[in-house]
Amino acid sequence: MVTKEQGADVFDRIRRLSSADEVEAIFTGSRFALTRFANNTIHQNVGEENSIVSIRTNFAGRTARSTTNQFDDESLRRAVTASESLARVQAPDPDLLPMPTAEEANSGDESADKSVRATRFFEQTAAITPADRAEVVRGIVSVAGKHKLTTAGIYSTSQSGEGIFNSRGLANWHRQTLAEISITMLGGDSSGWQKLNSPDVRNLDPRWLAETAAQKAVESAHPREIAPGKYTVILEPAAVLDIVGFMFWDYSGVAILDQRSFLNDRIGTKLFGENINICDDAAHPLQAGSPFDGEGMRRQRVQLVENGVVKRVVYARGTARKMKNSGYTAKVGPIEATGHGFPLPNEMGEMPMNVVFGAPENPQSVEQMIASAERGVLVTRLWYIREVDPYEKIVTGMTRDGTFLVENGKIQCGLRNFRFNQSLISMLKNVEAMSAPVRAAGEESFDMVVPAMKVREFNFTEATKF
Amino acid sequence: MKAAAQLALDAASVRGVTYADARVVATRNRSLTTKNGRVGHASESESLGIGVRVIAEGAWGFAASADLSRAAVEAAAARAVEIARASARVKKEDVRLAPEPAAVAEWTTPYKVDPFTTSVEQNLDLLLKVDAELRAVAGVTLAETGMNFQREESSFLSSEGARIHQTKYSTGAGYAAYAFAGSEIQKRSYPNSFGGQWQNRGYELIEEMKLVENARRIAEEAVALHHADQCTEGTATIILDSSQLGLQIHESIGHPIELDRVLGMEANFAGTSFLTLEKLGNLRYASDLVNVVADARQEHGPGLGTFAYDDEGVAAQSMPIITNGRFTGYLSSRETAHTIGALRSGGTLRAEGWNRLPMIRMTNVSILPGEPPLSLEQLIAATDDGIYMQTNKSWSIDDKRYNFQFGCEIAWEIKNGKRARMLKNPSYSGITTEFWNSMDAICSRDEWTLWGTPNCGKGQPQQVVGTGHGASPARFRKIRVGSAYS
Repeated sequence: MVTKEQGADVFDRIRRLSSADEVEAIFTGSRFALTRFANNTIHQNVGEENSIVSIRTNFAGRTARSTTNQFDDESLRRAVTASESLARVQAPDPDLLPMPTAEEANSGDESADKSVRATRFFEQTAAITPADRAEVVRGIVSVAGKHKLTTAGIYSTSQSGEGIFNSRGLANWHRQTLAEISITMLGGDSSGWQKLNSPDVRNLDPRWLAETAAQKAVESAHPREIAPGKYTVILEPAAVLDIVGFMFWDYSGVAILDQRSFLNDRIGTKLFGENINICDDAAHPLQAGSPFDGEGMRRQRVQLVENGVVKRVVYARGTARKMKNSGYTAKVGPIEATGHGFPLPNEMGEMPMNVVFGAPENPQSVEQMIASAERGVLVTRLWYIREVDPYEKIVTGMTRDGTFLVENGKIQCGLRNFRFNQSLISMLKNVEAMSAPVRAAGEESFDMVVPAMKVREFNFTEATKF
Repeated sequence: MKAAAQLALDAASVRGVTYADARVVATRNRSLTTKNGRVGHASESESLGIGVRVIAEGAWGFAASADLSRAAVEAAAARAVEIARASARVKKEDVRLAPEPAAVAEWTTPYKVDPFTTSVEQNLDLLLKVDAELRAVAGVTLAETGMNFQREESSFLSSEGARIHQTKYSTGAGYAAYAFAGSEIQKRSYPNSFGGQWQNRGYELIEEMKLVENARRIAEEAVALHHADQCTEGTATIILDSSQLGLQIHESIGHPIELDRVLGMEANFAGTSFLTLEKLGNLRYASDLVNVVADARQEHGPGLGTFAYDDEGVAAQSMPIITNGRFTGYLSSRETAHTIGALRSGGTLRAEGWNRLPMIRMTNVSILPGEPPLSLEQLIAATDDGIYMQTNKSWSIDDKRYNFQFGCEIAWEIKNGKRARMLKNPSYSGITTEFWNSMDAICSRDEWTLWGTPNCGKGQPQQVVGTGHGASPARFRKIRVGSAYS
């Protein structure tokens, strides 16, 4: 796996091979392993090591990228030539900025970098072996056996490095570890699920996750079917994460300029309930990932939503300049590069990737939300979510792996799964209660720090057959 | 490539494995996009590496490395064996592989024009011409185009003696026009949404797609949708265009017939399947008119699921999946074939690249066209009251593949055999088997297209591969429509 020192050496060779005005190299390397189990046995078990360099060249407003995972001279020469050839044939882009200097890229709050370094790489995670993972899986299988269930899931561990160098002196590097466990417990006609990840493997408790998933499978056995309609729902954090994730592509300057964002003509308005506060904060202690963006710019903390009012969106450097020269300047709040850009060139610009929901004034646990519910539906997880309407932000999807009827403050029984068609704008207007935010992982969206939510009038439109 | 693969096999064999295979894969990609008159991105990429799969102590292990030096390849093989031995700590029974003749073969995708021999200028010039046509229509607020080529060369060697060298080409292109006005964003795509049309062919596919010729119409439709009536909620007869029917096949037939899903191997992520084993040969999946095959052979067409051998060395086959409405086949592998009493794998094990474990994937899962001649216009003429829906906009289905909901970009009301008013935001939903049993007409071969779905995700770590789906427009009765906006 490529190190910062090796990256610097490869970049020097790339610079010598290139005749471009400017050159940039982004390195990503990982040592990744995943043990997968199903039917109470390990059935897939993989390990991978790979390092990639992605080379961008600039010629007076023309830029392009070429990528290779081979670092010999011939491969690098081919990649440099490909990047330069792709760039040279283009018409100049008047909005393309010079690459950032180290000084520009690293401006802002330095303490954030220290926080990131302290919370992202753990030798204990990097040292996990295939045998270690097998022993954890054995424990999960034993929980399944105790409850007469069948289990399926994964336990993965990785260490990775990513860095960016450019010919204006930028040299930023980040390394990280990540451990992740996801467990499904299956009964005859029911299932339960839990998933968690962390840079520090010691934050994961496989037995607790397995027991919680098993409890859900047992308690949702023999599910009842109730009519679809509008229900008060209690969404566990993973369900919140997966559904709200569909709106963050729109918190982007490019999305506004392209008029494909649901925030067009809505920034500055009170779109959500008073209790909704959302920021993007790469340095948050429960977050993971790199402290710099695809151009190497330090990721800034950005308050996206305050007391239900959409305050602003995030910007790559070039997008901020375009926005300042657009007709939107009076309608979009603060305009400045925030360190959220994707590697150039790209069409999407930027997006917040380290979303953190604000803590409510009076947090309630899921148990308290259940206890205060007269009638509602407890949802463990949502699945196969897709956008139906881009401006009203209606999304559809299914409940999965533990859906329960709540009546008179208690879980009554498991329910057959529902299809929903729900506007995210309406949903975030209807949040009655929230838990303290936690780091959550799902399958439809990137990891976030989100609370569980109690939401009224959630729109279930159909039920399925299980 | 072969030398590295042989080195891996040798390194694995001395460590006591009962089976090993190695794939060395080299890929090259070109990806070009435009947005509103400018190049969006222009990129090329190359990737090279080896994946080593072994069975030791009756369990699987897999390790992959981008480093093809002797030391690194031997280390990858040793790691695969170490991983397999760890797998064996939590196993119930030994892995069993269905027998397969050890093939020695060479195969390349048939193509007329190697896409990588075309110039980037030529590619961008075409995309920018399309872009200009799209933006020439007042009301279009965003125009996006894209073109992609891939070349994948692989050498597969197994401890059973297989030696297979394949080179596959794929090509894709498409575009979309967006129109934002008031409180609506409308979109039209051509020739399909989410990247357009993709096939295992050369640049001749691009030349045949009439990209420029259709751009003005597509842009005009995106704008016109703002003035169209909303598709109503209720029960209706619907006709689906062939691209939407292709995705309907993908989601409600292609995925549930994957035998690894059926056996619970995907329960934690992609899900399971309602097609439990006792349904094979017994379930009335669809109406008598429905015949579906999973066909990886070149004879079926240049789909994204076309090859000569799968990624464990099994020759491409055509498998009957639904025969005159009855469920007749699963997608299988050497490991899973025995669970359905098959003596041989169906040849569907595929990997995203050198660094991924091959798994059961759709090949080209296609509905066969109707035999009596029937054009789309004739089908519409034979429909008194219905809705004709075109081009997918959203798709969702539950984790057993029963309940689905699809949105389309555009629809037309059909009244007395004629296309009447345009409808916006059409959607339909249902239960898989009820839906397929309601099909009462399908157009014939002239209307049949082999579509490419380049973005099918499955597995942990997730792998994205391309699948093919041939379809003609077809008619379905008593379908729930409009619930997406209810």
